[in-house]
Amino acid sequence: MKKRYLILAAYLVLIMMPIYWMLNMSLRTNADIMARLVFIPTDITFDNYITIFTDSAWYSGYINSIIYVVLNTIICLVTALPAAYAFSRYSFIGDKHVFFWLLTNRMAPAAVFLLPFFQLYSTFNLIDTHIAVALAHCLFNLPLTVWILEGFISGVPREIDETAFIDGYKFPRFFFFVFIPLIRSGIGVAAFFCFMFSWVELLFARTLTTTAAKPIAATMTRTVSSSGLDWGLLAAAGFLTIVPGALVIWFVRNYLAKGFALGRV
Amino acid sequence: MKKWQDNKGWLFILPVFIIVAFSAIIPLMTVVNYSIQDIFGPGQRIFVGTEWFKETLTDPRLHEALWRQLLFSGLVLLIEMPLGIAIALTMPTKKGLGSSVCLVLIALPLLIPWNVIGTIWIIFTRPDIGLMGALINNMGITFDHTASGLHAWITLMLMEVWHWTPLVILLAYAGLRSIPEAYYQAARIDGASAWAIFKYIQLPKMRGVLTIALLLRFMDSFLIYAEPFVLTGGGPGNATTFLSIYLVKIAVGQFDLGPAGAFSLIYFLIVLLFCYLFYQVLLNVGKGESS
Amino acid sequence: MAQISLDEIAHSYLPFPKTDADFALKRIHNIWDDGGAYALLGPSGCGKTTLLNIISGLLKPSKGRVKFGETDVTDLPPEKRNIAQVFQFPVLYDTMTVFNNLAFPLKNRGFDNAYIKTRVKEIARILELETVLHKKAEGLGADAKQKISLGRGLVREDVAAILFDEPLTVIDPQLKWQLRCKLKEIHEQLKLTLIYVTHDQVEALTFADQIIVMYEGKIVQIGTPQELFEYPNHKFVGYFIGSPGMNFLPCTMENGRARVGKFHIPLDDRTAALGNRATGSLELGIRPLYLTIHVQETAGSFQVPVQSVEDQGSYRVVALVFNDQTIRARIAENDPVPGSMAWVSFPEKWIRLFENDQLLK
Repeated sequence: MKKRYLILAAYLVLIMMPIYWMLNMSLRTNADIMARLVFIPTDITFDNYITIFTDSAWYSGYINSIIYVVLNTIICLVTALPAAYAFSRYSFIGDKHVFFWLLTNRMAPAAVFLLPFFQLYSTFNLIDTHIAVALAHCLFNLPLTVWILEGFISGVPREIDETAFIDGYKFPRFFFFVFIPLIRSGIGVAAFFCFMFSWVELLFARTLTTTAAKPIAATMTRTVSSSGLDWGLLAAAGFLTIVPGALVIWFVRNYLAKGFALGRV
Repeated sequence: MKKWQDNKGWLFILPVFIIVAFSAIIPLMTVVNYSIQDIFGPGQRIFVGTEWFKETLTDPRLHEALWRQLLFSGLVLLIEMPLGIAIALTMPTKKGLGSSVCLVLIALPLLIPWNVIGTIWIIFTRPDIGLMGALINNMGITFDHTASGLHAWITLMLMEVWHWTPLVILLAYAGLRSIPEAYYQAARIDGASAWAIFKYIQLPKMRGVLTIALLLRFMDSFLIYAEPFVLTGGGPGNATTFLSIYLVKIAVGQFDLGPAGAFSLIYFLIVLLFCYLFYQVLLNVGKGESS
Repeated sequence: MAQISLDEIAHSYLPFPKTDADFALKRIHNIWDDGGAYALLGPSGCGKTTLLNIISGLLKPSKGRVKFGETDVTDLPPEKRNIAQVFQFPVLYDTMTVFNNLAFPLKNRGFDNAYIKTRVKEIARILELETVLHKKAEGLGADAKQKISLGRGLVREDVAAILFDEPLTVIDPQLKWQLRCKLKEIHEQLKLTLIYVTHDQVEALTFADQIIVMYEGKIVQIGTPQELFEYPNHKFVGYFIGSPGMNFLPCTMENGRARVGKFHIPLDDRTAALGNRATGSLELGIRPLYLTIHVQETAGSFQVPVQSVEDQGSYRVVALVFNDQTIRARIAENDPVPGSMAWVSFPEKWIRLFENDQLLK
């Protein structure tokens, strides 16, 4: 085998270790975990997973997370598409400045926004709603989505737009039936990054929710403070948060290289 | 491609503009508001001008946090950039199941919620229930990141590299994939060695993506909060209290909104400045090579 | 290095090819003389780049052997084959100066600096790159960059053949001509074998001594530009070469003449004999250049309606309706232009008969 694949294999094995360890612990009881350390568990139990799937305190966390992530992705895509089109095709007063300003929002430390956001959403009675988290994440995801889509849109020659207009297409028809199919992969990449940032973000998700919309990340930290530490349960919960991510990567794997190649992460 | 001059572009960007402005400007105003006032309680505030700024800038604990932060970000770049490029070079180039599985495994750490990452590493490094912790302790070293500042840093760096190197790998990989085959063919005909190919073809052609990687890693590591907080809470003591953690401590822990506001603004400006500098340097390195 | 011989070469990009269609190159069996200037001409996808890469060693053929002189080089990598290749777009080491770019192949082979300096200066002189030797390669124009790519091949004294893969694609039209002249100069001066892949017949016709026309993975004809023009072996060569391409009229033999609908076109004895012997479907081919157009009634000509007259600058293309088919004739700038009717005659010596798309001879 070529030397370089050996290095790659070694790297992959090393980085999978912590994740494998989670899996290992999630399939054992607490007593078993505390008693001994085994590389391959012998007494496998699915109790931890069963708890998570049956106890609404747990699985609601996943559902909440998925809800606001999907909401966020939809909001971002729907609003960013026209904006990206405009930035790519039109020049208007202040366009470069607005574009740059959008990007700078990504550079602010999240901690800065904690309190203001809390007060802001309180005022509108939006605390503990999914839409609050979805909107809050827009602060970081929207600029990114606009940036990524703008890159893909600029890759489509303007002649296509012009031809469609000459052919008599009204703008909405052109946009939905001609243009969007052309940038399918760009939309996929943008959706991926939206998902990625929204799913992993913890600070806003925890600050803006209390019970009804609490994400799984917050539920897990709750486990830490109850009587003792339920390691098995924690490990199972953690492992389950990895699964959606893996699925999403698998589905967009062919577009990932293209999306990163535009350098617009 | 010349753009169409058309101010109806504003209509298109309006939704985005409103949402982001709503999310960004109002907090910004709030922060500026706090930074120039002293707040004793609801409704009790007095204007203090630049006093918070002065106090923040001379706060010795802020300086310490800043140095720790710079060290952290420096180490991050020093380790992640070369490692990321090296792994990207080893990845398979042909499309197929192998390269897809590889891609998923490599990208996986990027999609784990940040607090889960902290949890994974707490468990992994514990001597009683963690694989790594047990292995190290078996070798005779008492490894405890809750007791030793050095151990905390080591665990933190391991976690950080584990978490974010994939970003550099993916970017570098994308850059490598975009190099036309003809360059490698010409290099073969010229009799170039693997090192020469790397130095004269691959590295220059990856300059764009590597700039992005550098900027992003610097920015994100400079702003980092969740992972170190979950892992060490900023400790032991202040050993791993970086800037964001310090900021949250002041704002939420001590409820010193004034200094917090001032600090936030300064923090933001520091990041902006560094990014601008980095960007200019890398741009000029590029220009210098072609002048 | 003597000649290049391709021995029963066939190539497929699939791991397990089954049918003919799976092969990009179906069967190439050919010998190329040392020092010749050859053009590989054909439409996109005909296999010319595949063939070029097999000769240079960037590709190993699925079947067959490649020999340089008496040596079988099929298993040798490109760097051991004494060849150089110039690609469709300039391939340079952007971070290096022009000098270092040209010196690179020699440095890798371990030559000493004094020798390298002499060679680089010599090649730069031939290619007229002396003034930019110390500039960074990145900032130059596309034509200079392609010259540098070429230079990297010339700088090695052991190079015996240079392969070009549509090298003028990214060059501005005005500069294309200059570069082509430069290539011809180099051919004459250095006596290297040059193999030039292109889909542009003008480039092929002006550059090469011998043109190899390829179509769907096979060599259709090899010949000088004149041979290809006057005696195309295959209908495809007739279409592809010449502007506009050859006219083809389905016909039958009748009394020693070719009958196209109601027209009887006289043939010379030899062509008539060939036509009479044929059994498959027959077509009459004649190049637009050779069709003679008269603006008034002339003996031996056929009166036909004129469809259109296009002005191409130094010549005009007259489209005529002949037996419900459109044929084209080429007349010079100063020739009289016909109105709505014209009289066309078919000079016997330029008529070619094709049976099942192949030339009868």
